[in-house]
Amino acid sequence: MKLGPALLKVHLWLVLGFLYVPIVVMAALGFNASPLYALPFEFDLVWYRALAGNAKLIDAGIHSVGIALVNTIIATALGTMAALAFARYTFRGRTVMQILLFPPIAIPWLVIGTAMLVFFYWIDVRRGLFAILLGHVALSLPYVIVVVGARLATFPRAVEEAAATLGATPWQTFRRVTAPILAPGVIGGALFAFAVSFDQFVISYFLAPPGVTTLPVEIYGAIRKGFTPEINAISTIIIVVSMGVLLLTARFYRFGGER
Amino acid sequence: MTVADRRNRGTILALTGPAYLWLTATIFLPLSAMLYCSFLDKSPLVPQPASLTLRHYAAFIEKPVYQQLMLWSLELGAIVTICCLLIGYPAALALAKVIKGRWREAMFLMVVLPFWSNALVRTFSWTMVLRPGGLADQAIHVVAPGAPALNLLYSYPAVVIGLVHSYLPYMILTCYISLQAIDDSVIEAARSLGARSWALFRRVVFPMSLPGVLAGSALIFVPAVGSFMEPRILGGTKGATLGMAVEEQFTVTANWPFGAALSFLMLGAVLLICLVLYPPARKRMEGL
Repeated sequence: MKLGPALLKVHLWLVLGFLYVPIVVMAALGFNASPLYALPFEFDLVWYRALAGNAKLIDAGIHSVGIALVNTIIATALGTMAALAFARYTFRGRTVMQILLFPPIAIPWLVIGTAMLVFFYWIDVRRGLFAILLGHVALSLPYVIVVVGARLATFPRAVEEAAATLGATPWQTFRRVTAPILAPGVIGGALFAFAVSFDQFVISYFLAPPGVTTLPVEIYGAIRKGFTPEINAISTIIIVVSMGVLLLTARFYRFGGER
Repeated sequence: MTVADRRNRGTILALTGPAYLWLTATIFLPLSAMLYCSFLDKSPLVPQPASLTLRHYAAFIEKPVYQQLMLWSLELGAIVTICCLLIGYPAALALAKVIKGRWREAMFLMVVLPFWSNALVRTFSWTMVLRPGGLADQAIHVVAPGAPALNLLYSYPAVVIGLVHSYLPYMILTCYISLQAIDDSVIEAARSLGARSWALFRRVVFPMSLPGVLAGSALIFVPAVGSFMEPRILGGTKGATLGMAVEEQFTVTANWPFGAALSFLMLGAVLLICLVLYPPARKRMEGL
């Protein structure tokens, strides 16, 4: 009986190894001097210095961060509003609307990305950063609605009623009572939206015109030309940024569900 | 309708309208447009009026190449899903029922952390491990110095490994959620009634966690069937999928209607498989 749990624990550690070893290897080789990934390992920042002089990659990085920030603002605002409506009102069509949140999450991005390409061409929205932003917001919205909705589900409505009884105007109630209680959920949703956009490759790939790219699209192009440690360096930066955003999210939004 | 109801309706519309308008313009209308596009006889890029045709769907039936690609993609999706289940379920079990307290929280976070990091970057990192002279090669040579060089990169196993790495956290996450919901007292009760470990798992724990298993499997199977980036980077020419064919129709040959038809055939096949597998699975859950 004691053997089972011990084996399970070992298995879990092996799984964590499987998840992290490639990422660690990839990151380490970005600090290696050899352009052919040759060992022995020799520490050098040459590839990071090369990044600083790579105007194309820097442009792509600026696009990625810019789109992610604008996406976060729009998706968080619209998503929080919709989540509020779902939590506060029962109305006809509510269930259907909630089910409609699944297609953007469940349908392969390849299908969604190519569908956007076709539709945007027909309505004359040119491929480019604006089109990419339109797509990213659509993918982020369901996540924001779900995350903020989870917070609203545990919202103590009595506090709002108490504020109203004590003479607060609706606006005062919202600003002084509702908003502070809701804040962790909204921040959690915003961080999710940032991560979704910052890491999104497939949609951006189909909506990016030649010459204008985001980081993942630029990296995909570089990988297909051949491997260089410069890709390791920029990949390491991306991983650090997105994992940092996630650790922040974890502070505001418990994944485990227990509280 | 009372005045309050009408005011509510205005509020609801104002709150949900913007989000759903956005989703309509960027998800639902494009999907409809693509369905329409799959029936056109000319690519929208051609500046001539197009007429409706079933040609592209017929081409799928006439050309065995694409049926083969479809089969390969479905097979790849099934293999990846099964691997994720075999590896992920025990890990979720350890997380939910063996590890306790702060350690559980930390390890849970470790599992979901890569889940949101860039899939492309994670796929790229496997090329560093699998390429000739990479980590996998060197590890083998430490154990068996005379072994021939592993040529894993640009092979079918490489694609499977990369996809399992990408989607494993989904399975651990959904199984963990449903395993964690099982009350320990249920397990205690079964044990005090004389259930041995294996019977306990087979008759109590596993059936109760089935919703998580199914959710995880669907979440993995669907995108794995539609994958094109991982096979492209890790499989080279060895791991051809229908997803890669779709990508080519849109980026290289610019035959949008055919690419759209392939996309919808893929969606249809995946949906059909989920619909066929769902009823027996639900019966199993209801038969608890």
